[in-house]
Amino acid sequence: MNLSDDDFTLFGLPPRQALDRAALDARRRELQAATHPDRFAAEGAAAQRVAMQWSVRVNEAWQRLKDPLSRAAYLCEQRGVPINAENNTAMPREFLLQQMAWREALDDADGAAAVQALDDTVAAEERAMQARLVALLDEQGDTAAAAAQVRALMFVTRFREALAQRLERLLSA
Amino acid sequence: MALLQISEPGQAPDPHQRRIAVGIDLGTTNSLVAAVRHGVAECLPDEQGRLLLPSAVHYPEGGGRRIGHEALAAQATDAAHAVASFKRLMGRRRADVAGADKLPYELVDQPGMVAVATRAGLKSPVELSAEILATLRQRAEDSFDSELHGAVITVPAYFDDAQRQATKDAAELAGLNVLRLISEPTAAAVAYGLDHGSEGLYAVYDLGGGTFDISLLRLTKGVFEVVATGGDAALGGDDIDHALADWALAQADIDAATLNAQDRRSALIAARATKEALSDAATTEWRATVAGRDVRVAVGRAQLDAVATPLVERTLLAVRKVLRDAKVAADEVQGVVMVGGSTRMPLVRDRVSALFGRPVLTDVNPDEVVAIGAAIQANALAGNAQDGELLLLDVIALSLGLETMGGLVERVIERNSTIPVAKAQDFTTFKDGQTAMAIHVVQGERELVADCRSLARFELRGIPPMAAGAARIRVTFQVDADGLLSVSARELGSGVEASVAVKPSYGLADEQIAQMLKDGFAHAEGDMAARKLREARVEAERMLLATRAALAADGALVDAAERQAIEALLQATEHTARGDDADAIDAAVKALAEGTEGFAAARMNEGIRRALAGRSLDQI
Repeated sequence: MNLSDDDFTLFGLPPRQALDRAALDARRRELQAATHPDRFAAEGAAAQRVAMQWSVRVNEAWQRLKDPLSRAAYLCEQRGVPINAENNTAMPREFLLQQMAWREALDDADGAAAVQALDDTVAAEERAMQARLVALLDEQGDTAAAAAQVRALMFVTRFREALAQRLERLLSA
Repeated sequence: MALLQISEPGQAPDPHQRRIAVGIDLGTTNSLVAAVRHGVAECLPDEQGRLLLPSAVHYPEGGGRRIGHEALAAQATDAAHAVASFKRLMGRRRADVAGADKLPYELVDQPGMVAVATRAGLKSPVELSAEILATLRQRAEDSFDSELHGAVITVPAYFDDAQRQATKDAAELAGLNVLRLISEPTAAAVAYGLDHGSEGLYAVYDLGGGTFDISLLRLTKGVFEVVATGGDAALGGDDIDHALADWALAQADIDAATLNAQDRRSALIAARATKEALSDAATTEWRATVAGRDVRVAVGRAQLDAVATPLVERTLLAVRKVLRDAKVAADEVQGVVMVGGSTRMPLVRDRVSALFGRPVLTDVNPDEVVAIGAAIQANALAGNAQDGELLLLDVIALSLGLETMGGLVERVIERNSTIPVAKAQDFTTFKDGQTAMAIHVVQGERELVADCRSLARFELRGIPPMAAGAARIRVTFQVDADGLLSVSARELGSGVEASVAVKPSYGLADEQIAQMLKDGFAHAEGDMAARKLREARVEAERMLLATRAALAADGALVDAAERQAIEALLQATEHTARGDDADAIDAAVKALAEGTEGFAAARMNEGIRRALAGRSLDQI
């Protein structure tokens, strides 16, 4: 086992987009139990330093693997297709039109219920897109198409963050 | 029948058994110390049998200082020099302290953080906290008639980096070896979880004197994991006292703004007593001596509830926000643990029970539960508990980021990330030929730098001149298991580097601490050199024990040559530690630490391999 091993190897999981979340979390607990600095609190500085490095590495991998989007981006990168979102903003026309329609709906939403309803719609679309992503990565092995799908999903994620912020303001007002 | 073993005097059979570790709840109003004795965690009493130590320090006329109950009593007569609730000042500037003008003592801005002007001079909240910690340390050492190995100190989950650092500085001043800072709600859950042995999702509602914390924790197979945390670092039972005092004064037609410090203090003490009485009684009397006359106001629970409701509502807003953050519905929470004296108020219990749709848990004393949890964790960290019994996975409560062009915040580490955590992000230059970059580290959730807390500033110099946007500056944030941050920046092309431990800008600078130690603070009994030598020897002893234990357990992981090298370092350290040269001992310990790094890495690998192997067995 090595600090530079990839996330999937570290967690002993197959390098796939479909993932058993319960297994991931259980592995993370086992790995933290073996690496957390608290386990070495009674030992010297050297053990503390090593534990800190490993514990950070385990948290980093867990953070990346548990989120479907960052997991997919990581898989694409591992398979030689980096996402490069900032230099690669080309999107299908239909997708852009849908984005604009959602943005307008958010501007028009006049209360928490309307924002919540819009978020439900977007969340459903997000799930469908993620299912396609699993198929692209795990069944069709089409990494280039998967990377494009990741970029599109990044837009959806950002839009849902805007929705959450609006909802937050409406609920705490 | 097996014979009982008796060791030679002064030599316990297992050195680990001799490690006395305590948990300290350093509270806004009261502080406690607890320890595991005979397998049970309990709070340690003072000589008069009292568990609570009021977090108050009094500087009387004629010099000296009084701590705890005596200091609290002095508030009635000498409020300007009897300082309480100073936890709210930790790591803060005067402008940050809500209601600073209502405090009966005077605050003065100092470099780093605010200080209290007393007749004994300016006292920083770090020094004041150190007085409390040193008193509790003494209490524990008297209880066990032995020196302490270390302490776990609790902080509100919502404490930011500056406040955590200030707490650690205070412990250092008090001569305590900090095993870990843990958040108060986590400690409470540890106390509850072990007592009740239940698994699932729990909420900890902690309304203390000066802070409010709400945390969601998941308990699974001996791992306590903080799922999300929130709260308000400037909201607590003290605010209810203030609101009730203002209400009572208004009833008596007294303008609160005209009161002197002493009268204000009497009004507050009366308000606190009234609030406490109303937890059991339906009506009582607010009674205080104000402006020389005896003032009485009848108060019913309905009045208290009316005064407290806006504050309790603010806590419920924070609770709902944490539930949303964690994407959890209120009814998924299996139990709500109540912490802090203010949760004795029936209003608080009723409202929180209503929100979660189940009665809140109150069967562990809400004043003691945090210290007890800290003691359990301290015992585990000192190596006294059974291996694999308990692990806390904590999170950072506030996002950490950097200032970018236009005063905007670029978040680098999101709040609720599990610690320890490190994250690197690349930035670039704004102008052609730019050779330096100002790095401004901030903490908070807002988009604008002006709305976040500034933690540190430093500069990366010596960037080779390039076109704007061509340089690649990698900024790395690292948060350790205590929640303390360090930041470094590196230009990837040239390798120029700069870094900062986020400490001098907001907490106390190392020199200030050194100066305070030199001033004999909390260590009147011995001089600096003696203390330094003692600490160096303790550290050497700790390293020798740890390394030998590691060799005994995993010696097979090193080859003969490496083993010989480590043995030589062990002997050198042991030999040096018998001498009186503290610097030489420190150097030997450092050499031992460096020389065993490869061994430590090999042991870590072995541990991970075992974790993997264990899983495969489970799966078969």
